[in-house]
Amino acid sequence: MADWPLFEVFIRSKHGLNHKHVGSVHAADRRMAIENARELYTRRNEGVSIWVVPASEITASSPDEKEPLFDPSNDKVYRHASFYKLPKEVGHM
Amino acid sequence: MYAQLVETGTSKLRTLDEMSPEERQFQERINDEIKIEPKNWMPDAYRKTLIRQISQHAHSEIVGMLPEGNWLTRAPTLKRKLQLMAKIQDEAGHGLYLYSAMETLGADRDEEIDKLHDGRAKYSSIFNYPTLNWADMGTIGWLVDGAAIVNQVPLQRTSYGPYARAMIRVCKEESFHQRQGYQILLTMMQEGTDDQKAMVQDSINRFWWPALMMFGPSDENSPNSAQSMAWKIKRHSNDELRQRFLDQTVPQLELLGCTAPDQDLKYNQETGHYEFGAIDWQEFFDVVKGNGPCNRERVEARRNAIDNGAWVREAAVAHAAKRQRRAA
Amino acid sequence: MQNISHQSAAHRSSAQKNTAQKTQTPLIDYLLRLGDNALILGQRHAQLCGKAPALEEELALMNVGLDLFGQARNWLGYVSELMASELMADKIDADHLAFRRDAQDFRNLLLVEQPNGDFADIMGRQFLFDAWHVHLLEGLTHANDPRIAEVAAKSLKEATYHLRRSSEWVIRLGDGTEESHARMQRALDNLWQFTGELLQIDEIDQAMLEAGIAPDPDTLATRWKVTVEEVLEEATLSRPAYDAWMYTGGKVGHHTEHLGFLLAEMQYLPRAYPDATVW
Repeated sequence: MADWPLFEVFIRSKHGLNHKHVGSVHAADRRMAIENARELYTRRNEGVSIWVVPASEITASSPDEKEPLFDPSNDKVYRHASFYKLPKEVGHM
Repeated sequence: MYAQLVETGTSKLRTLDEMSPEERQFQERINDEIKIEPKNWMPDAYRKTLIRQISQHAHSEIVGMLPEGNWLTRAPTLKRKLQLMAKIQDEAGHGLYLYSAMETLGADRDEEIDKLHDGRAKYSSIFNYPTLNWADMGTIGWLVDGAAIVNQVPLQRTSYGPYARAMIRVCKEESFHQRQGYQILLTMMQEGTDDQKAMVQDSINRFWWPALMMFGPSDENSPNSAQSMAWKIKRHSNDELRQRFLDQTVPQLELLGCTAPDQDLKYNQETGHYEFGAIDWQEFFDVVKGNGPCNRERVEARRNAIDNGAWVREAAVAHAAKRQRRAA
Repeated sequence: MQNISHQSAAHRSSAQKNTAQKTQTPLIDYLLRLGDNALILGQRHAQLCGKAPALEEELALMNVGLDLFGQARNWLGYVSELMASELMADKIDADHLAFRRDAQDFRNLLLVEQPNGDFADIMGRQFLFDAWHVHLLEGLTHANDPRIAEVAAKSLKEATYHLRRSSEWVIRLGDGTEESHARMQRALDNLWQFTGELLQIDEIDQAMLEAGIAPDPDTLATRWKVTVEEVLEEATLSRPAYDAWMYTGGKVGHHTEHLGFLLAEMQYLPRAYPDATVW
């Protein structure tokens, strides 16, 4: 059987938000993938923009690499706003 | 329940001490309610059981379109036609969400669908019953979707991330299905003619027991439940869910002014639960094995759709390839 | 030809005769054409449930069906209001129009009532209709009747997407495999005889043009031809001749044999239970 390849689907639900992964669709080509994603994932006005990516083109980090990839940032507290204590008088910053 | 009698391939539940370090880590993760994601290590039996369960669930959504499709062409008003079509379309969508979740486990959708078409894979027993009158569209929404919701709500917390997320989406969208069904029945019972009222009662008589069977065999005859519960891909026992469904459904039945085809149905003041008569499990196992009223035609309808569409799918692939060549 | 309802009225019950006679204002007749096209093509989509060539396509086909039934409800709803205000026929609602009229009172194009056949037939029918529907609706957004302009504007968004999809399928099938090409060409050849009616102008169309409602028929015809030619060329399909023999009559209630069966199924419940007032 001539199988339609798998595409991962990302939807931007509102203007100003990031595209978010919602699932996948099968389609013969990219254009059909956009349409199939539209039919499947935006039946209730969920989206303003759709990305589709061939699933085979996605490179994912492996859970085995979790420590080298993500732990180093755990102790970089200076990247978070709460690290910087400021006097109350400064107000909201 | 859309997934019934899911085989886990394990007869005995193992303790943490009996597990390999990997498996122990996996089980502890589940015990801590941390989701398992596609690339995490998982026991082969967990992966296989989930593929079986999610595909069964997906097949049920897709086969479930057929008994309703049977009345889509005969829906009696434009409003009812739109509602029913939207509901059936959601079911196709829910099937696809679930297949999509299943594919994150490395399963191939077409292969799993082949299993449905050659009888190797199961789907919910309920869809092997015929829809014989218009009220069945109401009863399916009310009883069948009602039973499915009772089952699916806890699955939003199931241990496998993609499955849980698919169920969240399904539950959110399905909330209108049951109300739509109940309203069809209520309208006919409150404002309809005697003929319409008789239609409703006839429909309830036919779907009552099959709806109770949807939750699967009693707990003592459910050998795979313990492992599925430990893996948190099943979160309540069959009997527990069946009771929950019945307790919420009987008052709705009374509000309709209809009766259940069960002389033993009664409220127990002490327990606060409804008690019901004996379920004909022989019928359930017959239907699950393929000997229900519509098993053959349901599977054949699905097989025909996909087989007759082969040339269309091939043409789309051939055209995409031509385009790519031209662009290169 | 306009009085076709009168010609066969003698054979009908008085209730049906009333409905038929009340469709006599040109505006009502014109709106029935719009509503019936959407309704009958929508019903063909309802018949496709569970039969799509791919699961993704089930959703797509039903989306088109939902759009069409919604359009039918809007057009027929307006017809029933006009019947109440202009003809004092206040008991005829959109459902009555959909489920209680007989074939000769339907004003849809013959094209949309043609049976589903294979996917090439389905997409060929859809494409030939969409290519016309889009340009017609675009014209109707400028109608001097605000209600018509409003419904047309909403429908146009939907029809534009339908045309995009049906064009793509005609191209895929036409320029796909040898088999799909042969099937698509055969579907096109079979359906072509029903396209003459799309561009044919009768007194109703003329009256609506003069009333500032219907768009210019020549522009509509030219645009339809351009769309059809572009898509067929990309699909490597050969276009049958514009001056080929054309089968017409749907707009005045002379239908093909297929419509009767479609209605028998669609109207079954309201006809079997005539006393039922709610569902």
